[in-house]
Amino acid sequence: MADEQTTLPPDDPVRFYQVGSFAVGNRLQPLDLRTVQAAQDRPNALTCGHRACQGCGEALGARYALDAAVRATDGRLVSVNATGCLEVFSTPFPETSWRIAWLHSLFGNAPAVATGMAAGLRALGKSDVRVVAQGGDGGTVDIGFGCLSGMFERNDDVLYICYDNEAYMNTGVQRSGATPPAARTQTTQAVGPEPGNVFGQGKDVPRIAMAHEIPYVATATVADLHDLEGKVNTAMGIRGARYLHILVPCPLGWGSASKDTIAVARAATQCGLFPVFEARDGEVVASTPIRRLTPVDDYLRMQKRFAHLFAPARRDDVIDRLQAMADRNIRRYGLLEEAAR
Amino acid sequence: MPVQIEGSQAVARAVAACRPGVICAYPISPQTHIVEGLSALVKSGELPGCEFVNVESEFAAMSTAIGASAVGARAYTATASQGLLFMVEAVYNASGLGLPIVMTVANRAIGAPINIWNDHSDTMSQRDSGWLQLYAETNQEAADLHVQAFRIAEQISLPVMVCMDGFILTHAMEVVEVPTPEQVARFLPPFHPRQVVDPDDPVSIGAMVGPEAFTEVRYLAHHRQMEALEVIPRVADEFREVFGRDSGGLVRPYRCDDAETVVIALGSVLGTLKDVVDERRARGERIGVLGITSFRPFPRDQVRDVLWNASRFISLEKAFSVGIGGIVSSQVRASLIGHPITNSTVVAGLGGRPITKASLHAMLDRSARDELEYLEFLDLDRALVQREIARTRVGTRSGPAAENMLRDLGAVRSTPH
Amino acid sequence: MNEKPFAITLNVGSSLANHTGSWRTERPLYVDRLPPCNRACPAGENIQGWLYKAEEGDYEGAWRVIMADNPLPAIMGRVCYHPCQTDCNRAQIDEAVGINAVERFLGDLAIREGWRVTVDAEPTGRRVLIVGAGPSGLAAAYHLRVLGHEVTVRDAEPMPGGMMRYGIPAYRLPRDIMDAEIARIADMGVRFEQNARVEDLEAALADGFDAVFLAVGAHVGRRAYVPAGEAARIVDAVGLLHDVEMAGETHGEPPRLGRRVVVYGGGNTALDAARTVKRLGADEAIIVYRRTRDRMPAHDSEVREAEEEGIRLRWLSTIANFDDGVMRIERMELDETGFPQPTGEFEDLEGDALVLALGQDADLRLVEGVAGIAVEKGVVQVDDGMMTGRAGVFAGGDMVPADRTVTVAIGHGKRAARHIDAYLRATPYVEPPKHELAGFDKLNTWYYADAPHQVRETIEAARRTETFDEVVHGLDEESAQFEARRCMSCGNCFGCDNCFGVCPDNAVIKLGGGKYEFNYDFCKGCGMCVEECPCGSIKMVPEE
Repeated sequence: MADEQTTLPPDDPVRFYQVGSFAVGNRLQPLDLRTVQAAQDRPNALTCGHRACQGCGEALGARYALDAAVRATDGRLVSVNATGCLEVFSTPFPETSWRIAWLHSLFGNAPAVATGMAAGLRALGKSDVRVVAQGGDGGTVDIGFGCLSGMFERNDDVLYICYDNEAYMNTGVQRSGATPPAARTQTTQAVGPEPGNVFGQGKDVPRIAMAHEIPYVATATVADLHDLEGKVNTAMGIRGARYLHILVPCPLGWGSASKDTIAVARAATQCGLFPVFEARDGEVVASTPIRRLTPVDDYLRMQKRFAHLFAPARRDDVIDRLQAMADRNIRRYGLLEEAAR
Repeated sequence: MPVQIEGSQAVARAVAACRPGVICAYPISPQTHIVEGLSALVKSGELPGCEFVNVESEFAAMSTAIGASAVGARAYTATASQGLLFMVEAVYNASGLGLPIVMTVANRAIGAPINIWNDHSDTMSQRDSGWLQLYAETNQEAADLHVQAFRIAEQISLPVMVCMDGFILTHAMEVVEVPTPEQVARFLPPFHPRQVVDPDDPVSIGAMVGPEAFTEVRYLAHHRQMEALEVIPRVADEFREVFGRDSGGLVRPYRCDDAETVVIALGSVLGTLKDVVDERRARGERIGVLGITSFRPFPRDQVRDVLWNASRFISLEKAFSVGIGGIVSSQVRASLIGHPITNSTVVAGLGGRPITKASLHAMLDRSARDELEYLEFLDLDRALVQREIARTRVGTRSGPAAENMLRDLGAVRSTPH
Repeated sequence: MNEKPFAITLNVGSSLANHTGSWRTERPLYVDRLPPCNRACPAGENIQGWLYKAEEGDYEGAWRVIMADNPLPAIMGRVCYHPCQTDCNRAQIDEAVGINAVERFLGDLAIREGWRVTVDAEPTGRRVLIVGAGPSGLAAAYHLRVLGHEVTVRDAEPMPGGMMRYGIPAYRLPRDIMDAEIARIADMGVRFEQNARVEDLEAALADGFDAVFLAVGAHVGRRAYVPAGEAARIVDAVGLLHDVEMAGETHGEPPRLGRRVVVYGGGNTALDAARTVKRLGADEAIIVYRRTRDRMPAHDSEVREAEEEGIRLRWLSTIANFDDGVMRIERMELDETGFPQPTGEFEDLEGDALVLALGQDADLRLVEGVAGIAVEKGVVQVDDGMMTGRAGVFAGGDMVPADRTVTVAIGHGKRAARHIDAYLRATPYVEPPKHELAGFDKLNTWYYADAPHQVRETIEAARRTETFDEVVHGLDEESAQFEARRCMSCGNCFGCDNCFGVCPDNAVIKLGGGKYEFNYDFCKGCGMCVEECPCGSIKMVPEE
């Protein structure tokens, strides 16, 4: 299968669409440029009645990603899900919210199960059926990491999607290898002289994935649907191991308002703390430029998990370190460069 | 056609004859020769249409097998010892999901202390994992049991472990009639999964089940194993029809009909035991051997029938439950509830210690004199353990027990710090 | 399903049985809010509504939405000072939407395409007299005709249009455009009687009309006392503009005021006069105004264009006297209240003529002595429904208390027509309730693409002072559509699918045609749809 470029609408000044490519849909846009989510008959791979919290970013991200994958593969798709919020809220007996062929095995083995699925399908002569594995950050960067790395290294024909909400939310908000510094979790409490998670730890799995030189690695957020769908689409056009890391805010764990899930994700990108980029064969080939640059303050203030940085006294020392992380991302991925895409 | 062949290679060929779709391989002694053999068969094209996946751990091996089986491919892997323990979470998951995976376990001790030699500690630890466990007596049976295992697994939609003694069988050259693909084709129908992850008929597999239905799910798992008690002998019968030899089944009584004493064992030690029994029979002792092939499901009725007229059984076990004793014997006793019978558990062959005819005779002599204790350890060096026990009573920092005892034996020259 | 493993394996989509709507404490509701442009429009146009159609390229549909409120889009698109754009929320992001330019595009397109308005209402048999064919009278005539009434317009001038024709120079409002829009109203069956000044209202009423709308405007130039010598040439601005127009109609000679003309005043009329003088051949036109530029009542764009045409402006100056080609100018300064105070400092300014542009008064002779009609401060008093104290007699435009702009006048015409209609049907006119304002705080502006305002072309400044050709050019279709698409549709759903897309619970049903519905069986009430609605047309309300 050919490696198709991301099918984002081109920047065409003549055809200007009021909301351009920012909103979910656009009645003025040609049909073929509209998002999967805008379609009345979208797959709804994850349908109503699931038990995710109000404003769940993961529920949203999963539907975005899986719907796009279903569309990209014309429904020839199977999925495996690591244990975690997504699995628990979607499939409590006797009801499932999935409308695709879906398997849950364990917390730490989704990449390996996906490997087995891909291998099994190949053995059965059904290579047209594609495999998508999904897990949270705990299942991906921590407990499932060995399997993930193995799947990458073998270049198995699997798209692995990590829904990153930066902690173990299903078990009640404990620190994971994806929890950012200074963030409060139940195991990195906001007490003592250095409250919250420590600096200098954590795993940058997208970059680790790149180090495996797999064909495709990308990051995305629930705040940019077109980008996310484009990346899923691109990923499904490639054979081999692919990794998509989606930032999905968790109102419960982050202490953000349930209505602000997308706003928080957007804020994460606009301050540079969460870089949105694409890499092929181990090299960054594109990044989404910051559109409205903001200081990390704006992002942090939306979340109670960082409240200790602002009260009782503002912790400039800590905020400056977080800003430095954002600035490094901006430099590393060229997030302020025009036409970075 | 019988060939002189290493046990592992015989198993590899038997597995290949079953045409698995996916083989997940991770090296661990003494299983490794099996997947090496399969690797060659896949690579050479002798086993076509099979995906041979070199995974990064046993946990991944079982997980990959789960994925493969879930999409409807016949899946196989092999492991041993630590490897089995490393994959335990997935082992339980495979049976919980009802996926008919077949796995060879080349039985080996579990550390610490690390030990690569044979005993049954590994598979016995998984007796409650929901898998069927079949123990091979010989390499011929090991090869044959794999063919039957796929048939049984796929019929009842549960995974099956074929347990064969590490090194004793896996590395032994014996004459084996290796099942051919043509024969297997007549015996093993294509895999029609009971459930499958399939975009054409999507379902959600692996739901979270709460208190309202969990008991029922577990009961049904038990029920299916109970059904396997009927399936296993039937499959063995059909196997005989196609292959012309006896293999498998639930139990293998040997000269038990009028036996007052029955020695019970699993796996390769049965051969030695039969020789011992023959020798004692020749002296007029009414003694027999009961081999248990299917440890899970446990054939209570069959065991009870064999032992009904005996007055004593001795369970010779290559593993034990620390803190209580015999594992097999406890299940045998559970088969004989309300039927009083003298019994002893003799733990033997741990970590690869040879089980000699001489030791067995000595043990049976003591049994005949009614001297056998409820729990015994065959050939236990009592002086050695007494010294260590004494040391631990003296000081809290007595050092590592294994090293201490090796020093006592002169195998290690160093002195403690 | 029975053959599948119990409990572990589930039928897809079975969670539809789990109605998560019961978790909700607040529910989202689709609402229409009032866009600031609509609120600001003196003519009450549904601007967002017609831009919506224009965005899609449905120009006729867009035009018809304008026509529901304002029968003169092409005129509007030229002479309206577009308070809509001043209030446009987009101004807080980049620049206001060029509403006026799009309106002109639509108005011109309608003329080009010959789009018409048909009268579909049953004839009511009621007769209404409109006095004055200015914007207010034309608007009232149009709306009343649409409602099925018989309408007669009587006007003092030779041609209809009122101040639009006799006060606004042709370079701002080409006559063919105005003629076309007025003709369209005439074609609907409105009877125009020109050169028919109504002197006696009682007599007119006795002529069998069931109601009258007075819209005579304010054409009388206010004279300030400027001591002047006999030779000094002083004219008033409205008179000048009227004469220029009349000269055009009769192919007569336009008035000549000399090479150096001073215009006194700071309103739009002053600027119109100065720019007209320049076009009549004056080498120099100078505007003298007693306050500062920022206090000028004239519209900023007019001042800018005048400056571009080389017109000089003198701030903080009054004219003390004018004699023998010299005006004595006193410098003023503003006191703390912003009122100009004399300084006693004088200087001379040479000039051939002085044009006074100090405001206009209405000629109210026709209502003199009419019972019930009250006049205060030179204007006729009306109630909320534009009715005077005399039943059946309504008034609007420059002759009633209000801002004197074409757009306000058109709004009066519409308002009066609705109340006249109600009066004729003897039913009170009930105004539909106003929606809550769609302020900037209601928007999520992230979703709007960055897009600069399409600048209207202007003719080269050097050329335009020599002609009465239109100064400001219209937009081509592409630019007009682009401009329309800059509209953020404040407070009104424009079918962006955001609510449908961002709901984590799939609790929004997309009905198609830009319509959505909440599925309250599943909506958990997170409020994300409200937060991510670009235009603020969803709100949360507490559950009962």
